[in-house]
Order: sequence, then C-alpha cells, then structure tokens
Amino acid sequence: MIEDERMNGSEAVIQATGLVKRYKDLEAVRGIDLEVKRGEIFGFLGPNGAGKSTTISILCTLLVPSAGTAKVAGIDVVQDPARVRQRIGLVFQDPSLDDQLTGRENLEFHAWIYSVPASERGKRIDEMLALLQLTERARSQVRTYSGGMKRRLEIARGMLHQPQILFLDEPTLGLDPQTRQSIWTYLNELRAAKGITIFMTTHYMDEAEYCDRIAIIDKGKIVALGTPDELKAMVGGDVVTITSSRTDEAAAEIEKRLGVTPIRDNGSLRMEVPDAKVFVPRLVRELEAPVDTVTLRRPSLDDVFLKLTGRAIRDEEAGTKDQMRAMASRWMGRRR
Amino acid sequence: MTAKAVAPETVLATPALEAVDTRLASLRAIYIIWYRDILRYWRDRWRLVASLAQPLLFLIVFGSGLSSALGRGSLFGSAGGFTYIQFMYPGIIGMAILFTAIFGAMSIVWDREFGFLKEVLVAPIDRSAVAIGKALGSTTQAMIQGLILLVLAPFVGVKLNLLTVIELIPLAAVLAFGLSSFGVALASSMKSLQGFQVVMNFLMMPMFFLSGALFPLTNLPGWMTVLTRIDPASYGIDPLRRVVLSDSGRSSALVDRFALTINGQVLAVPLEAGIVLAFGAVMLGIAVMMFQRRD
Repeated sequence: MIEDERMNGSEAVIQATGLVKRYKDLEAVRGIDLEVKRGEIFGFLGPNGAGKSTTISILCTLLVPSAGTAKVAGIDVVQDPARVRQRIGLVFQDPSLDDQLTGRENLEFHAWIYSVPASERGKRIDEMLALLQLTERARSQVRTYSGGMKRRLEIARGMLHQPQILFLDEPTLGLDPQTRQSIWTYLNELRAAKGITIFMTTHYMDEAEYCDRIAIIDKGKIVALGTPDELKAMVGGDVVTITSSRTDEAAAEIEKRLGVTPIRDNGSLRMEVPDAKVFVPRLVRELEAPVDTVTLRRPSLDDVFLKLTGRAIRDEEAGTKDQMRAMASRWMGRRR
Repeated sequence: MTAKAVAPETVLATPALEAVDTRLASLRAIYIIWYRDILRYWRDRWRLVASLAQPLLFLIVFGSGLSSALGRGSLFGSAGGFTYIQFMYPGIIGMAILFTAIFGAMSIVWDREFGFLKEVLVAPIDRSAVAIGKALGSTTQAMIQGLILLVLAPFVGVKLNLLTVIELIPLAAVLAFGLSSFGVALASSMKSLQGFQVVMNFLMMPMFFLSGALFPLTNLPGWMTVLTRIDPASYGIDPLRRVVLSDSGRSSALVDRFALTINGQVLAVPLEAGIVLAFGAVMLGIAVMMFQRRD
C-alpha cells in the first residue's frame, strides 16, 4: 500500500531513544522510543497527563530530557536546539498569537524572527493565508477571530519558514466538531501541497484515525504503535456491548458459560469476540440474567485503549495521581 | 505518491537554512520585537491618553496644592526663585518615563500569560534578542511618553528652547533605558501576574517617591538620604531637572540648589547619565542571563 511504500522508501525524520523526563517527584515520560518517517502523519494518542505534551516538548527542544536522546530532522535536540527549531513548525496547545495585531502582522512577526528572506516574506505569507483561507480577514485584529480561525492562523504561522516537520500539540482542543473536521481537511491539504511530516498529539480517538501511524501512550510509556488498522486488529474481531439490570450476575455468567471476560465500562459490559454473528445468539440463549440492550460494532481505537490499559481514554475522573500528573505537565508545559 | 513529490523540495530547502547568519538573525529579531511594541503602542491610543492623565493630575492638583502651602520660607516661592510646580515639572516627566518604562517591560509577563512569549522563545534566535528587543521597545515608548509632556512647559511657566529639547532627548532615553532594562530583568523571573502587584507596591512606588521627583533630595534624614542615593531613578531625574530649568534665565547656582549631591558634591550631568546607563546595562545583562536559562 501507499503507506508501506512511504515508510520503506524514506528515512526517519524523528528518532527518539529512551526518552525520560523526571520532575522532582514524578516521572512524566518513562522511556519512549519512536521513529517517524518523512511525509507521515504521526499521531500521539493518550489521556490527559499521559506524557504527550512532555514528549512533544522534548522533541521541539522546549524541554531537556532527563535521559535518552532524540534527533529531529537529523539533528540532536539537546546539542543543537536552534538548528532543530529552524526546521520545525510548532502549534501549541495553548493559544500563542498576539491578538492585538492583525493576522498578517502575526505572520510578519514570525517571518522576521525566523529569518525568512525579505524577498520571500510577502509571497509566503500570501500563500499561507490563501491555503488556510484567511486572506479576507488578514487585516483584522486577531481578537476578532473565531477559535477555528486562530488555530488556522497558528498553523499558517508554523508553516511560514518551510519546516520539514509540523508539530501540533492538541491542535483541535476546545474546538467544535465541525471546526475540528475542517482543521483536518486543511492539514491534509498542507501535506499534499508541501509534503510535510506531521507529528501531533490528541486525546480524541476519532482524530487518530486520520493518522498514518499512531503511538498510544499511557503513564509515560508507549503501549502500542502501528497503523490504525493494525491497532484495531489487536482487538479481536467485533466489540459487543450489553447492558443488564443485573450486571454482576451477567458478567459472571458470561465468563463461566461463554469463556469471555467482559470489561466494565460505564455500567455496561463490553467484550471482544471473533465473530459477533455467532456470539450474540449464544449469548441470548445461555444467559439467565436479563439482557436489556445489545450493541455490536467494529472495534475503534477507544477499544484498543481500553484493552491495553483497562480504562477508557475519556475517563477524565481518573485517579488523583493522574490528575496531578496532568496538572503538572500542563503547568510545566506553559512555563516554557 | 505524496512522499515522492515532496522529497526534492525539502532537500532543496535545507542548504539555504545553513546560510542564516546568527548575528543578523538576532538583529532582525530585536528589530521585530521592538517594532511589535511600537505597533501596539500606536494602536492603543487610549493607553496613550490615559497615561498622560496621571502626570497632569499630579501637576495640576498636587502641584498647585503644594505650591500654595509651600509659599514662603522654603526653597520655593522666594523672590526670583522657582515655584514648586516649576520644580516638580521635570520630576513628573521623570515619573511618566519611570512608569511607562517599567510597565512596558513588564508586558512580558502578559505575553507569558497569554501565550505569545512562547512563540518568541521557541524561535531559532539567541534569547538575548528577546530581552534586548523588549528593553528597547519600552525605552522608546517611555521616552516618547516623557517628551510629550514637554508641551506643558508654557503652562507651568518653564521656558524651553530647541537646544534644551535636543539635550533632553538623550537624557530621557538614558533614564527610559535604565528603567526598562530593570523592568525586563524583573519580568524575566516572574511567572505570573500576581507578582506584578508586589513590584508595583514595593518597588515602583518607593522608587518614584525616593527619586527626587516630588521634593528636593537635600536636608533629608540620614537613612532617607542613603535610600535616595541608592535609587537609580534619582540619577536620571536630576539631569532632566537641571536641563529643563537651565533656560529659565536664573543663575545656575539657583538651579543647583536642588541638585543631587553626594557628600555635598554636585554630580555632573554626564556622570549621572553614565550611572543610569551602567545600571541599565547591568540589568539588561541579568535579563539576558535569565532568558537564556533552559528547563
């Protein structure tokens, strides 16, 4: 397939080995290895506080790793951060525009600070504004922009100095579904037009599906890495979810009579089975506990995450320790 | 397919990057950081107007009030001498410079809070450019803010000629630079807006009160004399006053009665300017060091 050809045929633009980031009494990143090929859209998926932002910050030279090495565009991020930065574009999790300046002025600022040659400045700014459909509003102050427009402007800005890799940290966070969808359309167009490598983090499972390859990260470690299809194949076959008025009883019966261990998720029972067509009739026949509803579907990345970590990715009510971790990484991320 | 189309372009882009001269890049960065500050300053007309309101209030209310209270028997109001308003006027110019410079430099804290600082800090430039650009940006703003007040001279009975004005420009610039650099150094270590109030109450106000803007720094209690001589703003405001009042047709001995002294010696204006400049340079050095630290 296209993906295979791309991966075999080109070199790695990001290489990380054994990355660790320790803060006083917490280890945000605990040994991460990964390789991203030229032209890929690589997704970094995990719940809040899993270490996504910390890892991306190390790769972008914003944080120095406590251990391990990383090369971005062939350059060591610790030894030569300035040269790495000249070759990467960044879109941060938190907004970083000057909203008293116009869209165009924000881009001009960036072009200057990244030493875009004077003869190229205007041309590239026009091109990026057009590509992200901001031309009409380019002369309005950014504070009058919508959330989606601000994000697009940040993406345009990140591309101005023609980076080889565009890093996006939760680029669609806080945007409505339609806007999220359109950001993805723009990112795909950008890749088609500029052939850029995109490295992004997200905690939206549906977005990860747009990626060529995904690393699932949990508690500072990569727990799975592959194409969305490969990852979904880790969940055997189909996903069957039932609800019952006597959940405990039903769970015990399923385990005993059908030889499948159901996972509890929000009051329902979820199980992975090789073939739902055969399984569901058996389930209904053999269960004495009442079954109220049955749903079956193809596995999603949510299921993959649930299988690998035993909890759903959108469990925002995660343990206090996880929350602390999330707070710490968010806070420390903001400091630099 | 996409991958193939791409590779040549990215390969071509790489060698050009190597040619980027880092010193030139720093200069460009300093320029654009400075320019952004000026742009925002112009755009925010209300701030310009509002920042003139305070000096005016001081001059009109505070100045007039004290002028009549200080009538006879003091340094002011004697026949042929200066009135309190005339004395205070250059001090108010200094005040405008002091507040604008430090507030301007502290806008770094806002930039940090609202995320923009990140865009600057991740750029492939030497971070010293950030501190220098910001210091020069507030220097320019503060200088303009102070010099605008010169239009009030006729209203307070101070005569100025072109030469005096030309002489005042570098003096205002030096004071603005010293205080802006101080502001940048403070802001570089400040992570939140909370610290701002502290700086305001415990640094800016004392600096203003002790600077000689409102009263002559002579015949003060010993402890206060020491504090006023530590205050860098004193060395910036004193030259402003001596130059502003120099063209009043009165003897220089009369002007020197207010002058800043150390051990009874009146300091020369260039020496004072040099002290402020040196202070600014040290502060800027500290700011640069603070910015170059990396987590």
